[in-house]
This record gives sequence, C-alpha cells and structure tokens, in this order.
Amino acid sequence: MRSADALQLCLGALRGHSSRSLMLLLAVAIGVIAVNLLTGLGDGARQFVLGEFSALGRNTLIIMPGRKETTGGMPPITGLAPRDLTLQDTDAIGRLPLVRKVAPLQAGLMELSVAGRSREAFTIGTSRDFFAIRQLEVSQGQMLPALALDEALAVCVIGQKLRRELFGRGPALGEWLRAGNRRFRVIGILAERGQSLGTDFSEAVIIPVANAQALFNREGLFRVFAEVRSPAQINNGKRQILALLKERHEGKEDVTVISQDSMLTTFNDILGALTMAVGGIAAISMLVAGILIMNVTWIAVSQRTAEIGLLKAIGASAAQVRLLFLGEAALLAVIGALSGLLLGELLLWLGRWIWELPLYTPMWARITSLLLAMATALLFAWLPASRAAAMEPLAALRQAGSRK
Amino acid sequence: MIRLRGVTRCFQLGDQQVMGLDAVDLDVAAGEYLSVMGPSGSGKSTLLNMLGLLDTPNAGEYWLKDEATSTLNEVRRAELRSRWIGFVFQSYHLIPRLSALENIELPMVLAGIEPHERHQRSARLIERLGLTDRVNHRPAELSGGQRQRVVIARAMVMQPSLLLADEPTGNLDSRSGAEVVSLLEELNREGLTLLVVTHDAALGERARRKLMMLDGKIISDQHQSGAA
Repeated sequence: MRSADALQLCLGALRGHSSRSLMLLLAVAIGVIAVNLLTGLGDGARQFVLGEFSALGRNTLIIMPGRKETTGGMPPITGLAPRDLTLQDTDAIGRLPLVRKVAPLQAGLMELSVAGRSREAFTIGTSRDFFAIRQLEVSQGQMLPALALDEALAVCVIGQKLRRELFGRGPALGEWLRAGNRRFRVIGILAERGQSLGTDFSEAVIIPVANAQALFNREGLFRVFAEVRSPAQINNGKRQILALLKERHEGKEDVTVISQDSMLTTFNDILGALTMAVGGIAAISMLVAGILIMNVTWIAVSQRTAEIGLLKAIGASAAQVRLLFLGEAALLAVIGALSGLLLGELLLWLGRWIWELPLYTPMWARITSLLLAMATALLFAWLPASRAAAMEPLAALRQAGSRK
Repeated sequence: MIRLRGVTRCFQLGDQQVMGLDAVDLDVAAGEYLSVMGPSGSGKSTLLNMLGLLDTPNAGEYWLKDEATSTLNEVRRAELRSRWIGFVFQSYHLIPRLSALENIELPMVLAGIEPHERHQRSARLIERLGLTDRVNHRPAELSGGQRQRVVIARAMVMQPSLLLADEPTGNLDSRSGAEVVSLLEELNREGLTLLVVTHDAALGERARRKLMMLDGKIISDQHQSGAA
C-alpha cells in the first residue's frame, strides 16, 4: 500500500467518526498543553530568578559578618559575638590585588520626610562603587561622589517611586529631605530598574556610608560587596578575602563570603528540579489521554469489524489492517499534540503579556511532549489494532452479516 | 484451478460439534460456472469461505492454482485473495464513508497500485457496468442493484480468475437481480470461474454445474450442458 493512500484512508476514517476523533484530539491536546504550560511556568520562574541574580554580576562576592555554618554542638563559652565588619576591613579588601571594586553596605529602614509628606524607606549607606557593582544608573543628577569611606556628606540618591511619593510632580534634584534627625540634599535619581535580589531600589534612598553609620548609630557593616577583576578569579578572590579578614580579626574566621555563582547554581538546581517535577505531573495527563485512545480505538475496532473483514477479504494482510488502525491513532496524536503546542504557546504568550515574566517552554519540553503523545498513542492503540489484525475475516464478516 | 481433497471443517457450538465440511473432494476447472445449493447449515457458506481463503480446514488440503494453501502464512493468503479471488456478498459490505469509486478502487489501493493505473482500470469497469453517473455517490445513496454492481466492480478490478458470489441476488428485486445475474454470466463467458451460493432454485438452475450440499457433504454434482 502506498503511504499517501494509507494516510488518506486513515484521514477518511477519522473524518467519518468526527465527534470521537474530536474528543481524542482534545484529550491529547490537553495533555500537551499541560506539559508545555507547566514547564513553561517552571522554567519562566527559573529564568526570572537567574536574571535577578545575574544582575549582580558573576565576579561579585558578598561578605557577611558571622560564620554561616552549622557545626553542631554548643558555641564556645569564651566566644564573643563575631567581630563587626568595619570600614577599615573594607578598605583593606579594596587594596587586595585581585579586587577591583569594593563597597560597604549599611542598611535599615528610616523615616523620610519632605515638607510634611513622610514615609518609611529602605536606606542604604554605601560608597560610589556600589553603583557599578549593582549596575545602578541615575536618570537625573549624579551618583554619590567619590569620598573616603569615613567621610560624611549630607547628600543622597533616591529611587523613582520614592521621588514620586515624596516630591510628587515637583522637582526633586537639589531639594532637601529629612531622614531621622538629619537632612540630605538630593543629588541624583535612580533610573527605573525594578527589583534586584529582593531589593526594590525604586523605593530606596542611598547615602554615604559614614552618614548611615551615624544615622543608625551602628559601627558594624551589614555587608561588603567586592568585585574581583574577572569571573575566573572569583575563587582566588574569595580565599584572599577570607585570609585577609582572618588576619585582621585575630585569627578568627568569623565572616562568610558567598559568590553569585554558588547561589545561582543552587537556585538553578532547585528550580530546574521543580520544572521537571511539574512537567512529570503534567505527563500523567498524557497517560490519561493514552488510555482514552486505547478505549476509543477499541470501540473503533469493534464497530468496524465488518470493515476489517472486508479489507481482509479483498486482500489486506494483518499487518496492513494493524497499520491502518495505528495510523489513525498516530494521526490523532500528531494533530492533537500540534494543536496543543499551539494553544500552549498562545497561553504562555498571554501570560508573558499579563505578568511580564519570561514564560517560555524549553525546547526539550516541546519535543518531549510531542514524542510522548505519539508514543502513548501508538502504545495504547497497539493492543486494539492487533486485535483487529488478528481477526478472522470470516468471523468479522459473519458478525456483521448477522446484524442485518 | 481448484482442487479439494478431504477438506474438513468443524465448529464447536456449545458442547456440540458441527461439521461445516465433512471430507469434501472437489475439482473445478478454469472457466466453469457452478452453483451450490442446499438447506441452511448444509455447509454452503463454509465451502465458499474455504475456497476464498477466508477460512482454513481442520484437515485435508486445498490447492488453488496448484499451490497448496493450508500451510501458507497470513500474508501470502492475503496476497492470493488479492490476486486471484473476487467476492460478491449478499449484504454488499461497502464502506459507507467512501464513494462508489473509492470503494471500487480499494483493492487496488491495498495492493499498492499507482493512482494513474487505478483510474484507468476502474474507469473501464465503471463504464461497462453503467455506473458512470453514480461513481461519486456514497453507497447509501445508491439502489440495491447499483450497490451490487459496485460490489462486482470492486471484485473484478484486480482481474481475478475466481469470483465467489454469496446469494448475490438475495437483497434485490427480480429485475435488478436478473441484471446482476446476466452481468455475472457475461463475465463467466469471458473466462472467469464463477461460483454462486444460493437458496434460489431458479438462479441455481442456470449454472452449468450444480452442487447440492447436505450436512457438510456434496451429495450431488450435476453437469449440464446448454444452460440458458
């Protein structure tokens, strides 16, 4: 039999039982949609988180006070609270040969007010290098000036949203705002960038670190950001910083240094596994579709015994009969899977449009769902199709004859 | 053409064994015109199915064109059916969703014949059987006589040497029945071996060789010359 003819026979049979075919199409399509939609969502979440993290740059190290480690057992009785990270530590890190930029971070919530309008805002005390490390830009005015770390200057850079809330439509540059019991002149407005690593910079105010220490009345730094000269040197940089701080802190390793990469890898692994799991759950719906295909093919075989008998009488072999029934199932699976893919893409497109998230189904999920649909269809149609093929032509014809 | 030796076929009906065919011997030469008559359950249809390679004997051997068939595999049997045997059924067995033309071409489709060749072959038959203006109709839109002519066209399109007809006029009025019979006899005159199973004594009388069956045995085998 020519394959074009076989295809036409199968298509004809599907058209001849259109409501049944439609049901099956729907089942397969739903299975494929489920797989693609869920993996799309999972992968979208992963991409989103990755994007957030990589905004920090791959050669950035974050230094936190305290040893973040579960050693078990009681803390030593003689042990004091870990030593603070100081501005002097920051300077020392900055002098390391592998370190290109360094920025201290002192942060907290502070009541801000301008001419009677006031609100609480995230206040960041840092240095000029912070802008480069966190890839922040100003849309108006300038960044913090290059100061010595312990030098205070009553200036600030504020986020867009904060500007709108404090100054409304009026000008903000050069105006004064009050933070706690001090006044700061606005010298720059941050460009809109949204969230990064959970910090919404559009609602933040950035001041020199010395001012922040005075404002919060706290010496110890919250974080130190360090940028090494290239991503390849990140591990060496990490070792140098640890060694330096151990030396400066009287031989105690009381800081934690994390790299973007280590966090990234962890998140990537977790979210990747999540995507797989969700996709796997969706694949179960494909199994359901497969069982439906089996049932429907089964019905098709018993309804069309006369046809099977006839085909055999006029010269069809068992293999040809099986091929025709398998062909019908495969055709349904392909058409259903393709329409499912299309519909899934449409829904994801809608999702991207509504939530502005990077919702894309990974290529492997698309291909797998297609193959899975085909495989389940063929697998589940095999049994009924084989029954049709094995049917004695005589029995098939007689059964049909007795119906009259 | 056909040689049966001791062909036996029994069916299990509950706990009772029914002899469909009981050690039947039969020789048929090419171009013969036979009728098979007998009461219900006498084994007529079993014989027809056996000759058409739709059924296999429990014992005995069937040679079709000098090829022993009992040991053939399924594929080869299908091939022989396709190549040598045409069937005409009482209840037509046309595929309802296909047009008359598509039904006629179906055996050629299964045999893998090119569309161009198919159209040539079917066109000749369609014209001869007077179906030209009905070929695009579905079976449900055709009269009984027209349907049976489509069935004959389908049976003949592979140019078989043996045509097996099971009550070919059973569902037809006498006029279309007569038309169908004269068509079959015309094909027989051109060299086709024709075997008709029927209850209808008038139809059975027309054949040059008449077999009577009872209880799975051929009880009479009459040759008669000068059939009308």
